[in-house]
Amino acid sequence: MRRWFRDSAHLIRPALVLMAALVVFLAIRTAIVPKAFGQYGHYRPGALDLVRQHPIAFAGQDACLMCHDDEAKARAAGKHAHVACEACHGPLAQHADDPSAHVPKLPEVANLCRRCHEQDAAKPHNFPQVITAEHSGGAACNDCHKPHNPHL
Amino acid sequence: MDISRRDLFQIGGKILVLASVGATLEQITGAAPPGEAYRMADHWWGMLIDIEKCIGCGNCVRACSKENNVPQGYFRTWVERYEIEDEAKPPRVESPNGAIDGFPPSTRTDLKSFFVPKLCNHCADSPCVQVCPVGATFVSPDGVVLVDQTYCLGCRYCVQACPYGCRYLHPETNTVDKCTLCYHRITQGLTTACCENCPTGARQLVDFKNPQDPIHEILRTQMVQVLKPYMATRAKVYYENLDGAVR
Ligand code: HEC
Ligand code: HEC
Ligand code: HEC
Ligand code: HEC
Repeated sequence: MRRWFRDSAHLIRPALVLMAALVVFLAIRTAIVPKAFGQYGHYRPGALDLVRQHPIAFAGQDACLMCHDDEAKARAAGKHAHVACEACHGPLAQHADDPSAHVPKLPEVANLCRRCHEQDAAKPHNFPQVITAEHSGGAACNDCHKPHNPHL
Repeated sequence: MDISRRDLFQIGGKILVLASVGATLEQITGAAPPGEAYRMADHWWGMLIDIEKCIGCGNCVRACSKENNVPQGYFRTWVERYEIEDEAKPPRVESPNGAIDGFPPSTRTDLKSFFVPKLCNHCADSPCVQVCPVGATFVSPDGVVLVDQTYCLGCRYCVQACPYGCRYLHPETNTVDKCTLCYHRITQGLTTACCENCPTGARQLVDFKNPQDPIHEILRTQMVQVLKPYMATRAKVYYENLDGAVR
């Protein structure tokens, strides 16, 4: 038995150094790992709030409908009933928050309709499509169609 | 007042028990969950995409990049156009600039062609999460794969690990960026920017924990599929009417 403890003196110092290193490691670790880390999984729960703080750009059509009754009625009566306002008008959350401070520019009709309605063999066949150049004869689409209710 | 040794030990013991109960309570309740009304445990988010409704207009790509300030040339969602001439050969796939401006019209009516919108599949067993060395990417309690921008080292392991190619290194922050399923919107009762702006309803946000969600009926009655099911990632973006050639 005594054989094991003979010549053990030289082990004490390295053991102390290791212990000290362990304590320092644990101290640093507790200091820098956020308290709630691991609450939901191996990550920082604060990250969820960080992602949620991102500002909203598209208000969503329910917001538009509160103020723009005429357009809402016109759209509901036509084939664009399920096309969201901002799908054509672009992101308008700032306008919805403060209408007079951010008056939106109206969409460019020349490009707008073409994106959805230009004929393409890959489109579903029941979707209304036209070869725009032939169909309009160069006129703007809204010369004949009203954008909110495109039926003539 | 006279306090005996016995009293002292009794009071001390009570204080100790109360303090430890308080400490564990604080540990359990800990950081407040995001939002007051929104309960993460009540949701399990995913998406449903109907190929037969997609017109390839690129509205979703534009909306996503505006909503999330996606840097130019990078995409959190994009649309591919498939053209299949011969089932035995690989299909022709194109996505000019992610389809942010739609597609140049195709006139090939002699072959099978269709659009496939793609985005992060928000896998429940996600390979990207498994490889992260620092816990910077994770599946949230409501089923959304997110990145902690303050923890990410930019090592790109997850970019490599994603079987769907849905992650990129943000050129300015040098951290990994990806679709958040518009986490800032869906936790406030709005739908995602891409679903909001889809004119045909080809893309639909779904909540698997909402018993009223139409997804349950669709999963029961329609033919649906996820991308690369053999990867066993438990992807939560379901596709209706998807051709087998799509990868
Ligand atoms: C709080 C009420 C309110 C909400 C919500 C709102 N608007 Fe408006 N909007 C207005 C008012 C008022 C004006 C007129 C502003 C002016 O001309 O000074 C206006 C003007 C506009 C115009 C320009 C009209 C023109 O003649 O130039 C467009 C386009 C428009 N809104 C679209 C939208 C859309 C799309 C939404 C939904 C995101 C929306 N608005 C939400 C009140 C609102
Ligand atoms: C199919 C695309 C489309 C949709 C969907 C759409 N708009 Fe428009 N909207 C337009 C275009 C294009 C114009 C510009 C008309 C013009 O220049 O003559 C316009 C004009 C407007 C104007 C200015 C007044 C006017 O009639 O010229 C308002 C206000 C407006 N839209 C609100 C809305 C609201 C609110 C919705 C949702 C209910 C909506 N729009 C949906 C395309 C659209
Ligand atoms: C964001 C995509 C989108 C844009 C932009 C858009 N439309 Fe449409 N349009 C649709 C959808 C979706 C329908 C409904 C198709 C259906 O019922 O199957 C539709 C239907 C129509 C119809 C009715 C076709 C029919 O069968 O009666 C006409 C006409 C039309 N659009 C014209 C226009 C014009 C003109 C513009 C430009 C001001 C325009 N659209 C812009 C998506 C769009
Ligand atoms: C000279 C007037 C005129 C112009 C300009 C015009 N259209 Fe039309 N459009 C029509 C008529 C007429 C119809 C057929 C009646 C209907 O379906 O309402 C029609 C029908 C359509 C349809 C439905 C086709 C279908 O298969 O059901 C779409 C989509 C359409 N137009 C889109 C456009 C687009 C996009 C533009 C702009 C590039 C445009 N139109 C410009 C007159 C016009």
